[in-house]
Parts: sequence; structure tokens; C-alpha cells
Amino acid sequence: MNSSTHSDQGYSAIRQRVESSLARRRNQELRFRALGIAAVTTALALVAILFTTILSKGLPAFWQATFVMDVHFDPEVIQIGPKPTAMPGESPAAFAQRLTQWQLDLNFIDFGQIIHRSIAKLLPEADQHPEGAAHLVTSGELFALRDMVVADPGIVGKTVRLKLLADANVDVWLKGNIDRDLPDAQQQLSAQTRQMADQLYAKGVIQNKFSTAIFMNPDSRSSLASAGLAGAFMGSLFMMIIVILLAVPIGVASAIYLEEFAPKNRWTDLIEVNINNLAAVPSIVFGLLGAAVFILWFKLPLSAPIVGGLVLTLMTLPTVIIATRSTLKAIPPSIREAALGVGASKVQAITDHVLPLARPGILTATIIGVAQALGETAPLLLIGMSAFVASVPATAFDQSTALPVQIYLWQGNELRNFFEGRTSAAIIVLLALMLSLNSLAIWLRKHYETRW
Amino acid sequence: MSNLAVVAVLLALAAIAYQLGLARSRGVAQASGARMHSLPRYHGLLVVLRAVVPATAVYLLWTLFGGTIIEAMVIASLPSEHIPPEALQQRVLLQRIGNLASGFGLLGEAQAYEQAAATYMQRLTATGQAVTAALMATLAALGLFWSWRKTTAETRARNKVERAVQIALIACSAVAIFTTVGIVLSVLGESLRFFQFVNPLDFFFGTTWNPRFATVGDTDQSGFGMLPLMAGTLMISLIAMLVAVPLGLMTAIYLAEYAPYHVRNVAKPIIEVLAGIPTIVYGFFALVTVGPFLVELGELVGLSIRATSALTAGLVMGIMIIPFVSSLSDDIITQVPKAMRDGSLALGGTRSETVIKVILPAALPGIVGAILLAVSRAIGETMIVVLAAGNAPVLTANPFEAVSTVTVSIVNQLTGDQDFASPQSLVAFALGLTLFAMTLILNVIALAIVRKYREQYE
Repeated sequence: MNSSTHSDQGYSAIRQRVESSLARRRNQELRFRALGIAAVTTALALVAILFTTILSKGLPAFWQATFVMDVHFDPEVIQIGPKPTAMPGESPAAFAQRLTQWQLDLNFIDFGQIIHRSIAKLLPEADQHPEGAAHLVTSGELFALRDMVVADPGIVGKTVRLKLLADANVDVWLKGNIDRDLPDAQQQLSAQTRQMADQLYAKGVIQNKFSTAIFMNPDSRSSLASAGLAGAFMGSLFMMIIVILLAVPIGVASAIYLEEFAPKNRWTDLIEVNINNLAAVPSIVFGLLGAAVFILWFKLPLSAPIVGGLVLTLMTLPTVIIATRSTLKAIPPSIREAALGVGASKVQAITDHVLPLARPGILTATIIGVAQALGETAPLLLIGMSAFVASVPATAFDQSTALPVQIYLWQGNELRNFFEGRTSAAIIVLLALMLSLNSLAIWLRKHYETRW
Repeated sequence: MSNLAVVAVLLALAAIAYQLGLARSRGVAQASGARMHSLPRYHGLLVVLRAVVPATAVYLLWTLFGGTIIEAMVIASLPSEHIPPEALQQRVLLQRIGNLASGFGLLGEAQAYEQAAATYMQRLTATGQAVTAALMATLAALGLFWSWRKTTAETRARNKVERAVQIALIACSAVAIFTTVGIVLSVLGESLRFFQFVNPLDFFFGTTWNPRFATVGDTDQSGFGMLPLMAGTLMISLIAMLVAVPLGLMTAIYLAEYAPYHVRNVAKPIIEVLAGIPTIVYGFFALVTVGPFLVELGELVGLSIRATSALTAGLVMGIMIIPFVSSLSDDIITQVPKAMRDGSLALGGTRSETVIKVILPAALPGIVGAILLAVSRAIGETMIVVLAAGNAPVLTANPFEAVSTVTVSIVNQLTGDQDFASPQSLVAFALGLTLFAMTLILNVIALAIVRKYREQYE
């Protein structure tokens, strides 16, 4: 009896202690939960801030100040013979010299004069400031006019309605990306040029039009308004082709060997640890490897997509191997055992039964690897791909940049007001490519996912 | 013959060899009436291996080394007074001779010795191509002939083909090993060349980083102390971890333990989007948005914060690492056996008490491993710091000041117009070696912990 009373007292004491702590514990629980929600919200908000910043800066840059006007190809200014063709019996070297001379003559034609006269027709004041008028249209359009003459000599003497990109500084001025109240000394354009730009804009000669220049043109330093991503895109494309051609077969083959054939011993353990480590080696170290091995020892060309592709292949290989291995691991042993049971050899079991089942997984691994390689910048800087290249590479051995490297180069351009938008636009292109690759991978995983 | 044509010929050869193998094995089967050991397709593949692989190897050797050999022979054939002493002039001369030899022609007169060398080069090229073609044809024919003779009912064609497949698989797995060996050898080799110029002690423990441009006759090789860089790297990584670990860990805990199914399904992939964004984009974000924001914030509270500073770079790097920490921790937390969770809840623990007193201690080794991996990532991260850290290699403990890091200096030293053999360039490899060693140690420890942890609960 006595002991029971004693323990009853004990129980009630404990009960009291527990009950008195309940409010505190409940608050603690709520606080912890709030912390968790705060963390998730912060992370989501950061994604949102990042994307809205890039989009709000980048999207307007796809629309550029553009002249829409009649351009008269004045025969007084354009005086050039037809493009020379090789004559029979002429040595290639001699023909090359004649061609060079003709191109030299072509380059001496003052297309700036053509544009100036066309503007003066619309805005008589332009005649008093030929210098200012010349700065209204970006210089790359002069080459576009030249190419039109080369493509069709019959155009000389005609008047054609054309869309010409305005100079980068005009674009900045008209979009209000520079403080309009700054004193003349701090403005990029002279007062007359600014005034002419405003008048032409008011007349609707200069319009804010969607421009394909950023997609169609290579990079440029002289004509910033028409600088584009075409060269960088081709460079990246060549590198991705090399990565797919090399990293995927080699990666899948090593994954098959490690997962299906390799005996469990110290040697394969070493390979495994090694691959896991390679996956975590900083990408810039792969750049050092590329600089030392491919460029210093093998004398491969600097800035070429072939070297970039090889470096990125080595970098993505561990990713492909690890992802493929986990796919192979997920395929139940019963499949292999069934194949072996009806008399297939080990290789047959793998090629005829395991690999077809692993195909979606391998595809996903490939896409993840390619997406990783597509966004990589640092190793490419070390093998010279940050050089300025004003042409679209025709082969993987030509000089070129890559999309992320182009972003790096553009963000460093002195004309900040123009290139902040341009760089953001380039980022949008890169992110769009990467996100579509990644969502393709997610879709594949969802669509073909098999639960065993 | 162009490479494309050769590839086409080799492919055609492979097709023919395969068909021959098929036909032959069927013929043998009919003639002898015996049961063949292998299926016809294995005989076909075996013939392909025997006929095409040696020929391809010969062609690859010629493509890789033929040009170099011919150029060396042409240079050797030149009269000694015409051999230019410098490598660059030799290249120019070879270019001229090559233009002559290919019939493209030269501007201006060709010298007699150039003409002779060009003829010699033409002859060498023709001979080389002929020999290669003949060798390829012979090897292919031998392979075909040999297979024809050797095809019998007992030929273990399948085993031989499978053996070849296995060898190819092993060769592919060796690529990963060679990559590591290549990294170690190349980076170590160039670092040793650097240490011939600069005392390793001065490099590892020097407190000034100011590698001057190499000038002629300048033997002063000071200013290679990497401590300021290391301090900058560690400071930025620390800031990044202070951002990423609490946010990442709390995100993982909330998503794994609290979040309703549909919230988890939406939030998790969105946060993982952060992991897929290229680092150059983060760098730009830091430079254009976060830096100016911090400056304004600093003015508001009366601090002078630079737009490009350790804080800017560290914050943005932390954002980049959040998904890394959260998805690794998420994996680890969900791996903690349900029984432990249920036990705690059954004893009356609240959810937060269960997480703090049961799950986290159980998952701690795995989480430490994940954090170490994240640190190694932060240390090796390049583009964010190149753009946002301010590139000022000074020893400072003030996170509002510009700093520089190991990775930034690697980029700076290797992207200038420096001679690759100068200590100013070679120092990049010594820095790379340090970086590689640091991340390797972190990775090995982290992976060992994670692995051990996995085994514990499997």
C-alpha cells in the first residue's frame, strides 16, 4: 500500500514535470519547423531572384535599336569590277594574289558614305555632321552592305529598304541605359549624334526591333551592336559532339566492366576510389592537365574545340561512369541469371538483356554529362579559349570560343551599359539550352523509370 | 587520299569481312555437316577483328607520325647552310616547301634548294602513302585469308570475340586511371620545373604574392608567396559554408521530415536547378546584383563594403553550394532507419526532438562527409571568385575587402601573354598541385566517411 502511494506521488511528479514542459516543447517544435520553412523559402527565393535578375536584364537586349530605311547603292561611290575567277593556266598562287587585290579594292569602298547619304535624305541636319551621322549605324552593317554587293553586283544603282542595326551607344542612349543628364564629357556620343538619334527615333526611322544578330553573328570588337554568339555556339557544339563521341562510349564501357566483369580486388577498388575522386577534382585542374598534356606535349592548337572537347571529355567521364553504374546496379540480377540460365554467355547476357534495359539510364547519364560540360568555363580559359575570335569555326581544329567563355569575355567589355544586357541575353541562351537538356533528362527518367 | 575516304574504305572492308565470315562459316557447316561451336555472326565479327583492326592501327600510326617524320627528313636533306637555326623560321620554310610540293605554288620565285626539297617531299609523301596503303592491304588480305583457312566447326569464334570485347572494356576503364596519373605527372612535372626557380619554402610560406612579369636579365624571383591566396581561398570558403550549411541542412531536414509530399516534389527539383546553373552565371550575378546590393547595404549600416569582395564571392558561392549540401544531406537523412525515428516518436519525443537528438546524431558522419565534399568544391571553384572576389592578393582578415584565391591566380598566370617556361606561368602548376592535393585529401576523407556510413545502415 505504502509503496503504491509512493509511486503514485512519483508518477504525478513526473506528470507535472512533463505537462509543465509541454508548452516549451511545443514552441520549440514550432520554432524548428519555422526555421525549416524559412530555409526552403530562402532557397526558393534565391532561385527566383537569380532568374528575375537575369531575365529582366537580358530579355530587353534581344530587342535592339534598328534603322528601317531606304538605302541607295550609289554607283558614284561603289566602283568595283566583277569578282575575279581563276583563268586557265594560272597558278593558284597567282590567282590568290589577284583575288586579294580585288578584295583590297572592295575594302576601300566607302560604305559609310552610302549610309550617311541615306540618313541625310531623311534628316537634312545629318549633312552638317557627317562624323556624327557615321556613328549612328554600327560598323558591322558596312560589311553587310559590302557582302550584298559581292553577292549581287546588280544591286549597285538601286534603292533597297533595309534593316540596319544602330550603333551600340545609340542603343544605350535610346533605351535610357545611360543617365541622359550626364555632361557631354561623360557621354559616349557627341551632342549632335544624340540629338540626331532622338529625332530619327521620333520619326520612326530608328525602331526597337527584335534582332537576330545575337544568334547569327560571331563575336565582334569593332561593331559591338552586331556581336553575336554564333562562333561560340559552334565551338560549344563541336566540343559537345566530341564529348558525346568519346565520353559516352568510354564511360559506358568502363561502367560495364566495373559493374559486370571486374573481380572484387584491390585493383578494382583502386579504380573505384579513383573515379569517385576524379568526379570531385576541381575543374580548373583538368584545364591544367589540358594545357600541359595536349598543348605543351602533343602540340595541339591553342583555342581549338578539339582540345576543349578532350579536356571536357576527361572531366565528364567520371559523371557518366558513376551514373551508368547506378543504372546497371538497379537492374536486378535475376535478368542476368535468367539469360545465363538458358545458355547465354556473360557478354551475351549483357549486350542482349542488360544494356537494352539500361538504355534510358545511359541516355540520362549522357545528357547530365553533356549539360555539365556545356556550362564549364574555367578549364577552357587555361587552354586559350578565351582568345577573341571573330569568325565561326568551320572545323574542330579552328580557333573558337565557347558559350560560357563568351559570357566571361562579354561581362569584361568596357562598354558596360550595353554589355550588361548582352551578357544577360547570352546567359539566357545558355540557360535555356542547359535547362532543356536537364528537363529532357528528368522527363526520360520519369518516363522510362522501371521499378523492379 | 582524304581521311574520310580511308574511313569509308575501312568501313566497306569491315562489311565485306563480316559477310565473308558469315558465308564461310555457313559453308563449313554445310560441307562438314558438323555442329558449329559458334554462331555465324561471331565468325563474321572475328574476321572483322582480324582484317580491319591491324589495318586501322597502321593507318592511325601513319596519320599521327607520318607528317613529323617526313618533315624531319626534309629538313635533314637540306644543305646545311639553308637550315634556319630557329624553330619558327623552320616552320615558315616547311610551309613554303609544303605549298610548293602540294602544287599550290608560291608568290615569287622559289629557290633551287626549295624546289629540290619540295620534289623530295612529294616523293616521300607518295612513298609513305604507298607503303601505308600496301601494308594496310596486305594486313587486311592476310587477315581475311587466315580466317578463311582457320574457320572450322571447332573454331571458338565467340570466345575470341568476347575476349576482345573484354580487353576493350578494360582499356576503357584504364582511361580514368590514366587521367589521374596524367594530372599528377603533368602538374607535378611542371611544378618541379617551377621549384627550380623558386624555393618551395618561399612559395608555401611566403606572405607576398606579386609575380612580376619576366623581363630580360631579371633574375629576381620573389613575390611567389602563396599564403595570401590561401587565406583568401579559406576565407571565401568559410563564408560560403556559413551560408550553405545552415540553409542546406535545414532545407534537407524540412523536406525530408516535415514537408508534405507535393511540397517536396515541387521544391526539391527547383532547388536542384541551382546546382545545374553554370558557375559563370553565378559570377555574373555576384558582380551585377549581389555586389552593388552589398555596397548599398553597407552604406545603410555605415560599413564600407567593396562591390567585389570576399563577402560577395562567399555569399554567392554559398548559394551555389546549397543544393549540393541539401541533396547529399537529404539522401543521408532518409537513409536513417525508420525504426529509430519511430522509436523516438513512440517514447513521446516531438518531431524536432527526434531530428535533433536521434536522426542528426545518427546521420552526423554522413553529413560531415557531405560538408567536406562541399568544402572541397568551394576551394576549387573558379569563375565566381574570378569575377567577384576583386583579385587583390593581400593578407587581410576583413571580409569586406577584395581578396584573391588560388584558382584566380591560376587563371591569371596562365591566360596572360607569358612564356610557358617562365616561372610566372609555371607557378600556376604549383598552385594547381596544392589545390589538387588539398581537394584530394578532403575528398578521400569525405568519401571514406560517406561510404562507411552507407555500409552501416545497409
